[in-house]
Amino acid sequence: MPTFFEKRQIVTPGELLAEGDFLAGENTYAEGSKIFASRVGLADSENKKVNVVALKAFYIPEIGDIVIGTVTEVGFSGWNVDIKAPYEANLRASDVLSRPFKPQADELSQVLNAGDLIVAKIAAYDRAHDPQLTVGEPGLGKITRGQIMRVTPTKIPRVIGRKGSMISMIKQETGCQIILGLNGVILVTGKNPEDEELAMVAIQKIEEESHTSGLTDRIAQMLKEEKAKKEENKK
Amino acid sequence: MNQKPEKLIDKKGLRLDGRKPEDLRPIKVDVGVLSNADGSAYVEQGKNKILAAVYGPKELHPKHLSLPDRMVLRCRYHMAPFSVQERKSPAPSRREVELSKVIRESLEPAIFLEYYPRTGIDIFIEVLQADGGTRCASITAASLAIADAGIPMRDLVVGCAAGKVDDTVVLDLMDTEDKIGVADVPVALMPNLDVVTLLQMDGILTLEEFEKAVNLAMEGCKKIYALQKEALKTKYMTVKEVEE
Repeated sequence: MPTFFEKRQIVTPGELLAEGDFLAGENTYAEGSKIFASRVGLADSENKKVNVVALKAFYIPEIGDIVIGTVTEVGFSGWNVDIKAPYEANLRASDVLSRPFKPQADELSQVLNAGDLIVAKIAAYDRAHDPQLTVGEPGLGKITRGQIMRVTPTKIPRVIGRKGSMISMIKQETGCQIILGLNGVILVTGKNPEDEELAMVAIQKIEEESHTSGLTDRIAQMLKEEKAKKEENKK
Repeated sequence: MNQKPEKLIDKKGLRLDGRKPEDLRPIKVDVGVLSNADGSAYVEQGKNKILAAVYGPKELHPKHLSLPDRMVLRCRYHMAPFSVQERKSPAPSRREVELSKVIRESLEPAIFLEYYPRTGIDIFIEVLQADGGTRCASITAASLAIADAGIPMRDLVVGCAAGKVDDTVVLDLMDTEDKIGVADVPVALMPNLDVVTLLQMDGILTLEEFEKAVNLAMEGCKKIYALQKEALKTKYMTVKEVEE
């Protein structure tokens, strides 16, 4: 039962990863007893499961995911939302208004208009239906301030860090509120634009260097240095 | 070059450009060359220069084309007006429409189409300079662009042609050999799975010659496959090295 890769080696689609008693994990597929890669990424195995951490992928919705999207169209009884996925998401009017929706009385574009950004949760999604969003929970809804940035969706776990170590460190150092959309869209809200800028630079750095180790410490150091520089400039 | 050469293979057994019968033309492969496309690749094979771009998977427009159980692959093979010696009309010709279909069908088996139903992928192949064997080089470029877009695939697809000029079976025909030669056999292969996804023949070959040509083309495919893999890996390796 051999494996044909070193830990964290770059593999390409079609590359034979393992043969024998193995399970096909993320971004891999099984053909008989052989496991092949299906995306460009870093190969890794855990117990008997072979995974490939994709270096580039797109977002596929999953129920319960928090995402950040743009309203693209105001419809008769809800909105269409672009969540940077292959499928367009829907948000129902009754969900936002939290009361029965009356088409005669309610003007939907006054609640949310095309171009508005929202933080939402995927309420329902399967192969046959487009994702359905909900904003009926604390912390969800229209975005009124802050800055938006995009990273590859596969890098979001790296931005969060082990048990949230990375993201809580950035929040603490910059004093910004950060909402990570699992679709790769990130909202940064701080007291002033400089703080937001600093947090965004840090996240950018994480995306670019996501496959290196000891990243949390280096980011922390970078943030401290940048802050010290700013203090000096003020004097 | 416009004059018809009498012999395509000289006394020493070398071809017009000095290659041996079983030699490929020099190949250059680049991945991720376009920033606006989701995935892209550029392939130079001899004098061929081919650019491929991939968009998607995304919602398909017009919507009635989408399928409830799998994604739809759309492919456009197009030759630039300046790609050949006499200006080519930019409108899609009969040949281009056929090649678009042939290339699409040779790529379809490699993609997990059933993963994302109701969506579509658009592939655009632009031939900037043509010198024989563009369909094979286009397949090579397009499959790289698909992999670069992060679309799950069973294997990369490689295209390579073999054929017969004068009395010899040769690999990777260039334009003159293709036009004056006896036969041309383009093959597309998924090398790791050993699956042939395209096999065409233009001309007349005996059964033995055909078998020899197919085997030769498959050997050529495997050589190009190694270059493809390397190009995909270097794209991310260079990123890695710059940071470390």
